[in-house]
Amino acid sequence: MTTFMDEIRQRFPQQVRSVDELVSGQFTVLLDGPDATAIARHLLTERQARLVSVFAEDRVHGEGVFYIYYVFDRPGDPTWLILKAPVPAENLTFPSLAAEFPAVNWQEREIQDWFGLEAAGHPNPRRVALHDNWPDVHPLCKDFPLDTVLPPFEGERHIYRPAHGEGVFHIPVGPVHAGIIEPGHFDFAVAGEPILYLQLRMFYTHKATEKLFENLPIHRAVFLAESISGDSAFSHGAAFCQAIERAAGIEVPARAQFMRTILLELERIANHISDVGAIANDVGFVIANAHAGRVRELLLGLCETLTGSRVLRGMVAIGGVRRDWQQAQVEAILSTLEVVEREFRDLVAILQSSNSTRERLERTGILRPEKASMLGVVGVVGRASGVDLDLRRDHPYAAYRHLPFRVPVYQAGDVRHRLLVRIDEVGESMQLIRAAVAQLPDGPHRAPAHPIPPGRCAIGAVEGWRGEIVHWVRTGEGNRLERCKVKDPSLNNWPAIVEAVEGNIVADFPVINKSFNLSYSGTDR
Amino acid sequence: MFKILQKSLSVGSATADYPRIAPRLAEQFRGCPQFDFAAWSDARPAADACPTGAIAVRDRDGLRQVTVDYGRCIFCGECEQASADGAVRSTRHFELAAADRRDLVLTAEYMLHPDGSHAALRSSNSGPSSEEPAKRIAEAIHNLLGRSLAIRQVDAGSCNGCEQEIVALNNPVHDIERFGIHFVASPRHADMLLVTGPVTRNMELALHKTWAATPDPKLVVAVGACGISGGIFGTNYASLGGVDAVIPVDVYIPGCPPRPEALLHGILLALGQVPRANRQNLRIDITDKLFSRAVHEVTGR
Repeated sequence: MTTFMDEIRQRFPQQVRSVDELVSGQFTVLLDGPDATAIARHLLTERQARLVSVFAEDRVHGEGVFYIYYVFDRPGDPTWLILKAPVPAENLTFPSLAAEFPAVNWQEREIQDWFGLEAAGHPNPRRVALHDNWPDVHPLCKDFPLDTVLPPFEGERHIYRPAHGEGVFHIPVGPVHAGIIEPGHFDFAVAGEPILYLQLRMFYTHKATEKLFENLPIHRAVFLAESISGDSAFSHGAAFCQAIERAAGIEVPARAQFMRTILLELERIANHISDVGAIANDVGFVIANAHAGRVRELLLGLCETLTGSRVLRGMVAIGGVRRDWQQAQVEAILSTLEVVEREFRDLVAILQSSNSTRERLERTGILRPEKASMLGVVGVVGRASGVDLDLRRDHPYAAYRHLPFRVPVYQAGDVRHRLLVRIDEVGESMQLIRAAVAQLPDGPHRAPAHPIPPGRCAIGAVEGWRGEIVHWVRTGEGNRLERCKVKDPSLNNWPAIVEAVEGNIVADFPVINKSFNLSYSGTDR
Repeated sequence: MFKILQKSLSVGSATADYPRIAPRLAEQFRGCPQFDFAAWSDARPAADACPTGAIAVRDRDGLRQVTVDYGRCIFCGECEQASADGAVRSTRHFELAAADRRDLVLTAEYMLHPDGSHAALRSSNSGPSSEEPAKRIAEAIHNLLGRSLAIRQVDAGSCNGCEQEIVALNNPVHDIERFGIHFVASPRHADMLLVTGPVTRNMELALHKTWAATPDPKLVVAVGACGISGGIFGTNYASLGGVDAVIPVDVYIPGCPPRPEALLHGILLALGQVPRANRQNLRIDITDKLFSRAVHEVTGR
């Protein structure tokens, strides 16, 4: 790593001001100005690095600058590389990378909306996070109070691009959808049945989550992290705790590491099984969904036995987990898994026995591998489109480095392969859990309480069941937070759904959307 | 096809018979916390630990007002951990739905020692009990529709936690259709709106339009800590708080998220089909006895 940093310094002697290695597992490279383009281009094209997250922080009080952070993941190296580019308060612009690297499109526009900085040269600089009818405010600036009362909104929420032509229509859908799902607006331009162009409008569920983190006591912030995306409560909670633990140098006891691993995998299995059922349901195979719902209940019952909550809330804690397990609880894991494994095998067999289901899923909603990697797609959707990423393997955390598992990757990128990735992963997760139970160490389940030093910045990253969840924190005085940046895998994956639906018929949209199953709340925060 | 039939026959019925039969809860299940106000030596650690402000402490003129709001509680159990005297205990109660928001609020007033701990309980109350405003509407719906009820679910800004448990109402285990209740795609077909929150600024208009599009008579049920009060998100530049900040609410269902049986309980309560939550469930029964003793100690009466 040192040699890598030396090379960067030699190659960009003017730009690199200093390198911060204070916190383990990450390098933060302070640049001399707002322009990170040259180094970013070098990392992305010559070093095959991947831009994981781009975000900003208001440090005007004290340092007189905003910082833009670029988090990179480099193949074969689990150390995170973070570029930190200062933007002086007198000149609020930074050069946009979006034209060259479309994966940062929404993230740069978010920085514009939240902080009032300008991403110069952005090909589509319209608002993304704040709807068009919001007043001219920048809520993540430190001088914007959380409880600001905004005037009633007026005007258009969003101007959609018109589609013209004989027989071309718009179908507006949402934000209140027909099913029991989260709100968002979809504007389909269609010519007959096929979809010409889909426009998305998200951020309906924006509820100031990142602003709420600011100045929040850290012990309470864990619960806010659990509420970022309710179906990934444990994953988001664990990512947040890992960030704090890294910042404060807290050693999590081995038993807690294994317990977290087991719970993370249970969250994955429960969600994957309900997705398998829901995908079948959306092509009319209702009985498969009924079985999936029944099997899921077995898992949620187990989650309740292990954590007191069906959806794994109130368990993860800074330094470990809140409650230890008795032997009977550990045995419940194995006995439940045995039933779930048998039932899931039957469910998959039933699914595969249906040719008409296969017909509907195959070659539907194709996301090509080149598009997927260009858009920075992650998680299940990425792995079905050739993007071979999994933080459990690439940036091991919890107990994953001690446990064997395979990462399924397919190239076809259609609904069927997104289904197959889930089916494969359920099998892998079951083996993972069994191995973790077999090796579950004795000892404490939580590190002793520990004051959190102020001014530390650190990353916590978890491969949630959807994909990579990244939290970045800056600690403050008095065991409080100054900033918590949350990146849900859905943020990068939403624009990919636009690519996947193109040319498909409107009636297939529900199943394509379900096969992505992205989080609105995780995106909107 | 044979395989599918064979599987269905071998599984048989998976449906749990709640509310006729109490659900099988894990021993570890955390329902609402119970407060033994008379035995509580200090409410401050619990209030400090509470992530949503469900436990609030206000000191004035040497007296302490403690408020416990089940409409904010996420059942995390931190208050139990923080209260060393055992006066706060997690229970397995989950049937907490109430037609009156005030029924979810408990209060207590303490005299204080110089170090700020409690010297004596002056008074405690569990909020006024009132007639159910929902009952009249429920009767109207019952007369009109018999046993059938159509629900339109509206996510007005939730984290998707409540949605997971609402979806579970449709699975074979909870099978809400056995009550003649089903979820519909349009508010125009609905008798009840089941709304999760917090209501965001961006969903305010959509929620209002959905409500306006639902034909009368209609019921509104607010789901979860966020739907009741804004929960952990509270009220801020992007959040208006609970559902009743935008539309009138008939029944509130606490939880984070409420388990499917708690949702069923609340929905059936709205229809007048189950008795109201037993207020005593929320409190330890000996409270009143201890309360009289505390009054005696303080006042000599």
